[in-house]
This record gives sequence, structure tokens and C-alpha cells, in this order.
Amino acid sequence: MAARPVPLARHTAGHWAGWAVATLLVVFVVLPLLAVFWRASGASLPGPADWAAVRFTVLQAVLSAVFSVILAIPVARALARRQFRGRSVLITLMGAPFILPVIVAVLGLLAVFGRSGIFNQALAWIGLPPIQIYGLHGVVLAHVFFNLPLATRILLQGWQSIPAERFRLAASLGCRPRDVFSLLEWPMLRATLPGAIVLIFAICLSSFAVALTLGGGPRATTVELAIYQAFRLDFDLGRAAVLSVLQMGIVLMAAGLALRLSLLDGFGRGMDRIARRWEAEQWPLRILDGFFLLMAALFLLLPLGAVIWRGLSGLDALPVQVWRAASVSLVMALSSTVLTVVMALALAHLALQRRGIEALGLLGIAASPLVIGTGLFLLINPFGDPAHWAFAVTVLVNAMAALPFALRVVAPALRDIERDFGPLADSLGMTGLARLRGLTLPRLRRPLGFSAGLAAALSMGDLGVIALFADPDRATLPLQILRLMGAYRMDAAAGAGLVLLVFSLLLFWLFDRGGRQDADA
Amino acid sequence: MKSHLVIATLLAAGPALAQTPELTVYTYDSFVSDWGPGPAVKEAFEAECGCTLNLVGAGDGAALLGRLRLEGARSDADIVLGLDTGLIAAALETGLFMAHTIETDLDLPVEWTDPLFLPYDWGYFAFVGNRGAAQPADFRELAASDLKIVIQDPRSSTPGLGLLMWVKSAYGDEAADIWKELADNIVTVTPGWSEAYGLFLEGEADLVLSYTTSPAYHLIAEEDDSKVALPFAEGHYMQIEVAGKLAATDQPELADKFLRFMLGDTFQSIIPTTNWMYPVVMPESGLPDGFSTLIQPEKAILAPIDQADALRDLALDEWLRVLSR
Repeated sequence: MAARPVPLARHTAGHWAGWAVATLLVVFVVLPLLAVFWRASGASLPGPADWAAVRFTVLQAVLSAVFSVILAIPVARALARRQFRGRSVLITLMGAPFILPVIVAVLGLLAVFGRSGIFNQALAWIGLPPIQIYGLHGVVLAHVFFNLPLATRILLQGWQSIPAERFRLAASLGCRPRDVFSLLEWPMLRATLPGAIVLIFAICLSSFAVALTLGGGPRATTVELAIYQAFRLDFDLGRAAVLSVLQMGIVLMAAGLALRLSLLDGFGRGMDRIARRWEAEQWPLRILDGFFLLMAALFLLLPLGAVIWRGLSGLDALPVQVWRAASVSLVMALSSTVLTVVMALALAHLALQRRGIEALGLLGIAASPLVIGTGLFLLINPFGDPAHWAFAVTVLVNAMAALPFALRVVAPALRDIERDFGPLADSLGMTGLARLRGLTLPRLRRPLGFSAGLAAALSMGDLGVIALFADPDRATLPLQILRLMGAYRMDAAAGAGLVLLVFSLLLFWLFDRGGRQDADA
Repeated sequence: MKSHLVIATLLAAGPALAQTPELTVYTYDSFVSDWGPGPAVKEAFEAECGCTLNLVGAGDGAALLGRLRLEGARSDADIVLGLDTGLIAAALETGLFMAHTIETDLDLPVEWTDPLFLPYDWGYFAFVGNRGAAQPADFRELAASDLKIVIQDPRSSTPGLGLLMWVKSAYGDEAADIWKELADNIVTVTPGWSEAYGLFLEGEADLVLSYTTSPAYHLIAEEDDSKVALPFAEGHYMQIEVAGKLAATDQPELADKFLRFMLGDTFQSIIPTTNWMYPVVMPESGLPDGFSTLIQPEKAILAPIDQADALRDLALDEWLRVLSR
């Protein structure tokens, strides 16, 4: 492996926690899979149609991941080297697409890019033919919309990990922007990009509703849809499980590749100063950065504006059940958040020595929820009513889904801390909880805050209910939105979507802000 | 659920109340939702049965059957409510259901003689559009027009499957040609009904595959008469939703009582404005205003239950082949 291991062989004390979490993850994914295979009594191999689905799924996921990350580079750089009013609000708002329920976000997107959306109206106004959003490009567009903010935040963190002193040194040596890029920014990107690409690739790989809705027809059949079909129409559990294993295999292979590609060249410790960018203080670059920020903001905020606009008109039709559901989702989100942060911390410590562990974090989004849900159901059902387990299962599933994002930001940050301050802490004899309290947690505040915010917002917006574990008395907010839509109440659903958006953003902002307090750059 | 347990424990102190029998009905999620028939049905049945009615929601009809297959004879369910005619053959194959003993006199456009499953509501699939827009009179006219439609994927959605069966039943060997000609009308294929209907309301398509009863919702709940269902000359494919009693039930009498209640006036008059489907037994009060304005297809189409599966597999292969090009 190309990565340089962090020399800290002396304190492996806390690693039992990491191993415990790793074991839990594997058990939680592998056991249900085995249960499905066992119940299926045999596995049928994927047919030609399934392989076509695999090809389309991988193609759209690769395109989506690459475009999301490449477009995120100029946006993250602009955010990293510019200070302006509203920057912090912009960063928070830009995260919104990521946390909306898929169908709410898709409707927002269509209000801009759809057949009668703003974009086509503008085109018609200047006499141009309309564009068609449905097709592979539409799927990629939607996935970029969802994941550009995430990629931007991951890269932004990369930029902020470059010590301010380096930029000062570069400036005093008379480096031009190009030199700064090749000396400071490119090494950071080399270390950060592969992980970000794989993470988004993994998310898009299990995309189902977006790919189908915007894909325009059965050409856009994904593996997840093939799994659906195996379950619903054919009740072929074996084929569903085989497809799920295939999907996980692809994600783990991509993760392995990314680990090989990301060279970790640290920058050494800095004084935590705000990075002033002398080389970028010239008008052409300011205008360029302004352009990228404006484009990203328009692309992300216009559909969001449509969601808010639609939601406002639905607010007066909002039934009381929506508020009850919001409180259920809130409790669930906070529980998942605690679990995510604990799991991420434990795994990040273990990943200091075994980087491969980071790939395990991806299991939660690589496994088909339908297959895992069915497996869990098969495991729990003989011993008790699955509905009694709904809360625990949902919280755990949500935490697992948020884990890779948390791990993505916490693990590199912890590695830097241990490299820069580990020896000092060792010489002071700081171990165990004292080290965690005195060194790790204070310095991890920003990534932990961001992870917690993301985890909370994600589980707030996650459908959260595997149909088999439906809890009759506690419907989550996203489920109520689907139910409202299913009962023709599109206006009320839009209103509930707005409530969800506000709650999610608020949670995200509170945690993220808490992490950045007096540590903001 | 937990609060139920607590209450049950507290009630257990009073021996008379502890005997309250429980009937568990598995159904689809939109039935138990606050905007579905579930809450009113539960209240009305509990008022007359002296029992507790547990309505357990699980996805949609197909997911419901999936759950039952996973549980097998161990299932807690006494009754499954929410399968449709396309799922009956598969449900029969499980061997988990037993014949009901209810005498029926149903207001259905087709004869119903199934010994295991009892219908509780029904409807016709139809394309729904805006009043005043072009209205093709059959599939060929629709295909020849430049109207944009949004439909559902038959692999993940019941209406999507309904459309597949509609075209196949109406056109047989020519079904593939119809789909070939329809291909350029299809804006997109959504995973479920809600997405498709939402897209239609947002103006993404001129027509959406839904039910002939859809305009009634807009008329009754929103006082909006701008939505119409299009009558098609081929006739309209039907969806009949049914309930069945499980052989392993520990409450056979209560289950029969529920099935009788299901065909009774109270249940049947709840259906039209919560499930937005037709009742199988006309309530004494008749249908709500608004239903009278709906189109009445002259011909009802329904694939014979024992042939539905084979027809579906054939039609799905065709559909995938034509539309994947």
C-alpha cells in the first residue's frame, strides 16, 4: 500500500472499540445476506438483463461521481480562498440537496430543468428549442445536484488542512497561482479526490428512484431495480441476494482502488491560522472564483427555491400528523447521530493502522436495503415481532448509511492529528480517555461537527423504514410525505417537504456550527 | 406498539377485559395511512366486534405478499387485505389461504367466483389529463399523437403492471407494436404511482396513467374539475382489490366477521373517498357526489386469474425488449 502508516504502535489500547464496530458492521450485513441465501435454498445466477443493469448502473455511477468531484474542485477552491458575507450560510444551504427525500428533490430539479421548468421557459423566450432532461444525462445531472455539495465539503476540508504557513511561505517565495496549485493544492487533491469519488460512486451505485424517474425508461434499469423485480415479481430471493453481493463487490473493489490511488503526503502541523491567499488576490482570479460560486449557487439553490416555493403554498394544508412525524424523525435522527459519531471515531482509530478498514464503512451504502431488510426480518421474525424492533433497526440502518460520510472526514483528520501531535502526546503519557479528551476530541471538533450534522440531516431525510419493519404507531416524516403523495395530497406533501428541509438544515447547521465555533477559517 | 403492550399489561389486571380477542390484518401502507381507510375502518369495526383490530401496513400489494411468503404459516396475520387480481395466482400458490364462507352479491362489472378471495373495492386504470386538452380515444390514437405521457414501471408498481396487462389483453400479439409506437410519447417511467402523478401535476406530461376515479379526488377534495380521465375504445383494464383469510388463523370466527363487515355498508361507504376506488357493494347512501361525473367504460378488461402470470411474463419481456432500445 502506498500510504505511509502512522507510527503509533504503542497505543493500540482503544482498538477493541474499532474492532467491535467493524465486527458489528460485517455481521449486520453478512448475516442478513446469509439468511436470505438460506431461505432461498439456492442461488440463481444473474441473466443477460441483469448484466445490462450492472453495466448501466456502473456507467451512470462513474459519470456521476467524476462530474460531481471535478465540478466541486473550482467551487471548493473558491470557498477556500475567499471570505465574503453569507459564505457560511451558502455552505450550509448548499448541503440541502443531499438531505432531501429523493422525490421532493427531483420535483425541485424538474421545476428548473423539466419540460415546463424555468430553464426551458428561458430557452423558449430567446427562441431556442427546449432541452430534454430525461435520459442518462438527466440521471447524471440529478446525481451531481445531490452530490456536488458533499464533494465540495470534502474538498474544502482538504484545502483547510493545508496550513496557512505554507501559503505564506509560497507567497514570500513569489509563487504564482499555478505554482501554488502544483506545490500545495495538487498533492492535497491527489490524497482527497479518490476517496471522494469512490464515496459518491457508492452512493450513486445504489440509486433507484432517481435513476428510474429521470432515466426515461427501462434502458435506465439499475441493479437495485433488478433486485426489486426479483423480489416482487418472481420472489426469487437467491437472485436478489446474488445481485446484492455483486453490487457490494463493485463498491469494495472501487474502494480498494481508491485506497491504492490516494497518496497521503501530509503537510505537517500548522498554527491553525486562517489561510490568507496572497497569490490569489488579483482581479481575474476573484472574478473566476465569483463565477464558479455563482454557478454552483444557482445550480443548487434554484431547485431548492422551487421546493421552498411549492412548500410554502402547502403549509396551510399541513395536517397535524406531519408534526408528530417530524418529532419521531427528530428523535430517530439524534439517536442515529450519536451512533454514527461513536462508530466513526472507533473505526477512524482502527484505520490509523489498517487503512482498509475505511472500505468497511462503505458496506452500509453498498448493501441493498431491500435485501438487508429482508434478511434482518428473517433473522428477527422467529423470535419476536419485527415491528418491536423497528426503532432499533432504523436507527442502526441510518447510522450505517451515514457512517461512510463521517469516516471520510474524520479518518484523515485523525491521521493528521496523530501524525502531528501523537509523539508529543506519547511523551506526555496521554493515553486512553485522557488522550481522547485532551487531544483528539478538541482537534476533531470541526470534522466531528460536520459528520454529526450530516448524519442527523441524512437520517432525518432518510425514508428510514424498511417496509417489513413498519412501525404502525411511529411514522417518520419522509414516510408521511410519501403517504400524502400516495393520497393525492401533493400540496400537503410539498409543505411537509419544506418542514423536513427546514428541520434537516437546522440540525445540520447546529452541529456543523458547533464544530466550527471559534475554529472557523 | 410498545404503548399497546403497556396498555395490554395494565388491562390484564381486569380479567374481563383481558379476554379481548385480537384480529391482525396485513394490508398495504396507504390503507393504514392517516389519509387512507384504515383509521375509520378500525374505529368502526372495533365498535361492533368487541375486539382489537391490528392493521399492519407493509409496502404495497406485492410487498405484502412478499412478507407473507417470508413468514409462511408462522404469520401473525389472520387476514390479508390488499392483494389484487394480478397477485391472486401467486397468493394461491403459497397454500396459506383458506376458503371463506361468505355469501356474496357484488356490484362488479365482471363475475366473481373465487372461493378464497373476496373483493372489497375496484377501479379502472385510465390515462388522466387536463380538461380541454387533446383527448385520444384509444392507444393507437395516443401513439400517433405527440402527447407526452408518464407511466409507472411494471416491475415496481401495481398501476404500471396494470397498464402492461391492459395493452397485452387488448392487443395480444400486436402489443409490442403498440409499445413501439408509444415509445416516443413516454416522457419517463417512474418507480411508483406517486412520482408519476406528481410529475403530471407539475406539468411534466400531458397524461398520466392512473384511475378513472382520480378526477373525483380533485373534484371532491379540492373542488377542482380540471382533471379528466380519457375513455379508451379498447375498454379499460380493471383492478380488483381482494382480501383473504389465512388457514393458520387463530381467530377464524372473528376473521369471518371482519370479512362480512368488509362487505357491509360502513366499510363500503368509507372506501370511495379514502381509497378513491369503487365499492363492491353499493352503500345505501350511494356514491359521493362527484363520482357521477366520472367516465363509465363500456368494456371492462381483466385477464383470467389463472392465466395472468404467464401473460405478465410474456408482456414484461416484450415491454423491456421494445423500450430498452
